[in-house]
Amino acid sequence: MLTILIDGLTYASWLFIVALGLTLVFGVLKILNIAHGSFYALGAYAAASFVGWAGAMKLAPGFTLVAMLLAAVAVAALIAPLTERGLLRFFYGRDEVLLVLVTYAMFLMLEDVTKLVWGATPYYVSEPYSLFGSIDVGTQTYVGYDFLLVALALLVGGAVWWWLNRTRQGKITLAVIHNAEIASSMGVNVSRVYMLAFSIGVFLAAIGGAFTAPMISVQPGVSVGVIILSFAVVIIGGLGSIEGAAVGALIVGLARSMAVHLAPVAELFSIYMVMAVVLMFRPEGLFQRIKARKI
Amino acid sequence: MANFSINSLARRARLGQLTALALASACLASPAQAQETFKVGIVSFLSGQAAESFGIPAVNGAKVLVDAFNKGAAPAPYNKVGFGGMKIEPIYVDENGGATKQVQELRNLYDRDKVDAVVGYVGSGDCLAVAPVAEEMKKFLILYDCGTPRIFEDNKFNYVFRTAAHATMDNVALARYMKARNVKAETFNMINQDYAWGQDSKKDFSWSMEKLYPNAKSGEDQLPKFGAGQYGTEISALMAKQADVTHSSLWGGDLQAFILQASPRGLFKRTQVVFSAADHVLPALGDKMPDGVILGARGAYGLMSPKSALNDWWWDLYSKANNVYPVQAPYRMVQSLLGLKLAVEKAMAANGGKKPNAEQLAAALSNSEWDSPAGRIRMSLGNGHQAVQETAIGKTRYDAAQKMVVLDDIMRFPADCVNPPANMKSEDWIKAGFPGAKGCP
Repeated sequence: MLTILIDGLTYASWLFIVALGLTLVFGVLKILNIAHGSFYALGAYAAASFVGWAGAMKLAPGFTLVAMLLAAVAVAALIAPLTERGLLRFFYGRDEVLLVLVTYAMFLMLEDVTKLVWGATPYYVSEPYSLFGSIDVGTQTYVGYDFLLVALALLVGGAVWWWLNRTRQGKITLAVIHNAEIASSMGVNVSRVYMLAFSIGVFLAAIGGAFTAPMISVQPGVSVGVIILSFAVVIIGGLGSIEGAAVGALIVGLARSMAVHLAPVAELFSIYMVMAVVLMFRPEGLFQRIKARKI
Repeated sequence: MANFSINSLARRARLGQLTALALASACLASPAQAQETFKVGIVSFLSGQAAESFGIPAVNGAKVLVDAFNKGAAPAPYNKVGFGGMKIEPIYVDENGGATKQVQELRNLYDRDKVDAVVGYVGSGDCLAVAPVAEEMKKFLILYDCGTPRIFEDNKFNYVFRTAAHATMDNVALARYMKARNVKAETFNMINQDYAWGQDSKKDFSWSMEKLYPNAKSGEDQLPKFGAGQYGTEISALMAKQADVTHSSLWGGDLQAFILQASPRGLFKRTQVVFSAADHVLPALGDKMPDGVILGARGAYGLMSPKSALNDWWWDLYSKANNVYPVQAPYRMVQSLLGLKLAVEKAMAANGGKKPNAEQLAAALSNSEWDSPAGRIRMSLGNGHQAVQETAIGKTRYDAAQKMVVLDDIMRFPADCVNPPANMKSEDWIKAGFPGAKGCP
């Protein structure tokens, strides 16, 4: 039972970090961002490069964690303005389906961009994975780094919640989430809020990719699986809800963990069965806010 | 007279025009025939999760080989320029995007690009989808890589061929290696991807274990989805149910992620891990690959390839062009192109030196045999449309001096030891206890 809980929690932490950015971007910009998976992949690739440079400069092993963080910041600083200002803003107010198609086009283009920049050869950044040693829990041996992901998920989740609910900029963002038109008429620079929220979303995807990189071989295609699971998480939790993303990730993580341990053949089924059950009783997700009806 | 003269002049003028036209045609015809090309559609993963391990190395192999063919630089009997003097014109197509897309791309290759043959497909699902389409169009198709045995065991094709052995060989050889090396296997766990390749592989391995280790009990049977990336939970499940042996047919990025995540958790120390198709991750993983892992390459490929002049030539050709030694995917690509070359040239010889059509090509390749860098390829199954070949299994060890993983304790299995006979399906053959298996070590 403890093994199921630990496995579920570590998987949920990884999912939550990525899904958080997806739900934030939907909440503010009303975009179902399929390219979120590409930002995750860019974070992983950038982390591979940054950690490689840290190694070449013979920096202390602990600095690899800083390098991964800087990689995520670099991706957000470079890619977010390019995509939001350079492309997405021209489609605001258009049909949501069109925006999905635009982000899908971005997803395809960014897949090729990563290949052009990094090629098809896999990258390994496993050094950070061994930084925290191993921890024995019962018959299992876990890698300490897995628990770092749990801490990271708590940290980024808490930080986003605190920013939205305890800072002036966050409250302005909540006003835009509630009603962009009224917020604009009250003097809020909505474009700036969009830009900021999108940048944070990209950062969260990139940091998810960056901190996953030590556990995988970074190569073409890493962007695909994560985006599908993230969508399941935010649909269960309610599109645009931070708390929903956390609970959705936990539900998916635990359901999957139980299935893998008890009925492996039902691994994928368990995730989408949970999603179907939630949608049957709460069609807008567990934490969807009540919307004011516009007349 | 005047009329005669006019007619005569007109006739002479027409004769002159016809002569000029004939001369011009003759002048144009010779180079046109000399420049006749053989168009080959080459389909493999150029993007997505299978690109790095399979698609791109295979295409890199095709590029250097086609270049060598076109220069007439390959060793005999492959030393004619191009295919029988016709320069080879390759058209590379990305296999990524799913079976529906591949069906359309295949139609485009035949109808729009007018290719003479298609060589392609890594994904078993893609092979199952495109084979009936080529057959319906009566066009020549070689499946060069995919592993599922079902293609020729459940269907009969006239225009479709597979020039590599199917996956049954990999798992039978793995179990036979374990038995020959006295690997303890009272219990075994499995982790395979949840699609045609993984499902077929786990069945073949389980059935082989039932015959070779009748008292062995199977434990965990994990089936993560293709491209899962995160295996923490599956590794916990495998470690919770201790087993002597853990079998897997994972490949590509999935296999690399599994190794990177399982190794620090001690899985490789607690159980003998056996991989059916893992040679392709060795160059990239280097010292991250644990020692003592038993693995196959889906043929006698890469570090397990046999010593021969043809293999030496191929190894150097590929290594110099790509700065890495060839692993299974480029080997399978090269053996398909070598077979195609001989089939085209045989069909041309029977066709008065003219470019053969699909029927003539199919007749030439059916039941044929040829030497490849990985040994002899024989089209002996599936009515002469499915290849068999020898294979090899070895054990990993990181060599710090060479800074690479090497394979020790390599054991070779002749084709007739690890492939079913022509009249039996793989499943029936294994369940019957491998009747007719010959030359097993």
